[in-house]
Amino acid sequence: MRQSIIQWFRFGSPQAFYPLAGRLIPWFWAATAAFGLAGLWISFFVAPTDAQQGEGYRIIFVHVPASWMSMFIYLVMAFWAGLGLALNTRLSGMMAQSLAPTGALMAALSLWTGALWGKPMWGAWWVWDARLTSELILFFLYLGFMALQAAIDDPRRADKAGAILALVGVVNIPIIYFSVKWWNTLHQGSTINLTKAPSMAHTMLWGMLLMALCFWMYSIAVALTRVRAIILERERHTDWVKHAVA
Amino acid sequence: MLNVSGLACSRGERRLFSDVGFSLAAGEWLHVQGENGSGKTSLMRLLVGLSPADAGQIRWRDEPTPSTEFRRDLIYLGHHAAVKEDLTPLENLRLAAALDGIALDERAALVALIRLGLRGREELPVRVLSAGQKRRVLLARLLTRPAVLWVLDEAFNALDVAAVKLLGELIAEHLSAGGMAVLTSHQPLPVPGGKALVL
Amino acid sequence: MNAFFATVRRDLLLALRRKSEVLTAVFFFVIVTSLFPLGIGPEPVLLKKIAPGILWVAALLATLLGLPRLFAADHVDGTLEQMALSPSSLGLLVAGKILAHWLLCGLPLVLLAPVLGLQFDLDASALGVLTLALLLGTPLLSLIGAIGAALTLGVRGGGVLLALLVLPLYIPALIFGAGAVEAHIAGLGAGGHLSLLAAMLALAVFFAPWATTAALRIALE
Repeated sequence: MRQSIIQWFRFGSPQAFYPLAGRLIPWFWAATAAFGLAGLWISFFVAPTDAQQGEGYRIIFVHVPASWMSMFIYLVMAFWAGLGLALNTRLSGMMAQSLAPTGALMAALSLWTGALWGKPMWGAWWVWDARLTSELILFFLYLGFMALQAAIDDPRRADKAGAILALVGVVNIPIIYFSVKWWNTLHQGSTINLTKAPSMAHTMLWGMLLMALCFWMYSIAVALTRVRAIILERERHTDWVKHAVA
Repeated sequence: MLNVSGLACSRGERRLFSDVGFSLAAGEWLHVQGENGSGKTSLMRLLVGLSPADAGQIRWRDEPTPSTEFRRDLIYLGHHAAVKEDLTPLENLRLAAALDGIALDERAALVALIRLGLRGREELPVRVLSAGQKRRVLLARLLTRPAVLWVLDEAFNALDVAAVKLLGELIAEHLSAGGMAVLTSHQPLPVPGGKALVL
Repeated sequence: MNAFFATVRRDLLLALRRKSEVLTAVFFFVIVTSLFPLGIGPEPVLLKKIAPGILWVAALLATLLGLPRLFAADHVDGTLEQMALSPSSLGLLVAGKILAHWLLCGLPLVLLAPVLGLQFDLDASALGVLTLALLLGTPLLSLIGAIGAALTLGVRGGGVLLALLVLPLYIPALIFGAGAVEAHIAGLGAGGHLSLLAAMLALAVFFAPWATTAALRIALE
């Protein structure tokens, strides 16, 4: 038992993790495709037309999973960054760095699909709904994290500074969400609630779940690909990288 | 009292030094030598606890550093002037002492400044002093801060001949009173004895 | 504790020797609040409605302006290093610096806001709530801003990067601070908003110096 735990810790070094990630990536792409096909099929063909919103509501099958992923990825990113800060490991910091752009993409996708949903439903490209506004702020938090890491030359310092920012962000996200919700209800009452989804048919829930899994597998696949590139770049002075790229 | 073993440091991708070790007892001092870029300043910063080491241990009075006691017993003078230009030398010394939690009355501060040759300039803003005089204000802290270990990085730079001699005297006095010092310098130092460490 | 007060004294003394730096933040506050009517139109009813928001946004931006100066000067001349090596807890010294920053940048805004509020025709009780909200909010802004200032110390693109990092974190303070005045004007009472501001301030007083200290040590490595 102890032997196998030690085996797992071996993968904490960039050199050992690099080939492992390489072997795992195709599996995650396969899972992405599988869940994606199933999810899209349910979204477009199985889930019934909504009585109030017609066909346009189907965009929630992209919007909601993207929102979920954007928040989930931030938590995971903060976890890896915090771990790297606490244990002084290089790979954890690299994982956090590789997750950030995907998280930002999910947040941007959520915002964009939110706008696309809003136009036919409410006649405006943007509404200051609590969820969308919180998503916008989350997007800014991602941008801040990426900008900070990009601005610092020393990768170790960038890892640690990013970790502090991500942890401060994690603590602040519930506060921000709560305050935006308060702001929204105070000012607009309950008239505008973009993400008040139509009463959920069973199939709709399945559709969202499958799409969420699809996005999750995609995020892992992309993050692993990106972390391999980061490993090569950061460890470029070591012998094993010189052999690997030769 | 000071035991260092197995220190290693890298800057970016370059390994600057590895497996550096030494010990110092009361009255001893260490002269760290090496070419530009060999890591002397990095070693100083590692020693005082500003930068983390890749490997190795530093122990002060048999406790691992950084500890509050280590910081209390230590004074580090690096490349920076470490004085506030808008304050007078007197204010600089007194505020630095207050920040460190050390009582320093005006008389003791003035005595230190006069010893460093700044008589008549105690109440001028540091801004108007020459580079050498600014350095002397910094060195005055050696007298007002009762530290056991002096870590001086290129302390003799920007000093004129008289000041070099004065600093040598100060260090010698400190050592004979049971203090310790770690010095880096390009020049030969006017302090007798001393262990050498070449990076 | 003495080290804490010594740090406050030191930063106040330094600011007194360079008064212009302190006054620019105050002038900025005045100018920015004057920009809004120029951009929106002089209609009194509208201005009265948006006044709390304007004053709060201007206060945010004015605080942001003063943040890079919190640690930069000490970092450049090496005194920050000395503070990190001090036997006094760095967190205590940092807390002292943040308090001094608030006294120099935040408190003037609190005192000036009622005067500017008159320009927007806010009545006396609303001005009172505004002042109280800013009194609770501006220290919160200094505390959160200090984390950002420490993270971006010596980094390229400092000021703008600092704004990008810190402004999202300022949003709750903005919402509850401006909201307090608006709630009061609407007759709903500002108690809830002010309590939340006070709670956030208490949280920040505990955590912000700690996070700032960690970020400073990283910047000094």
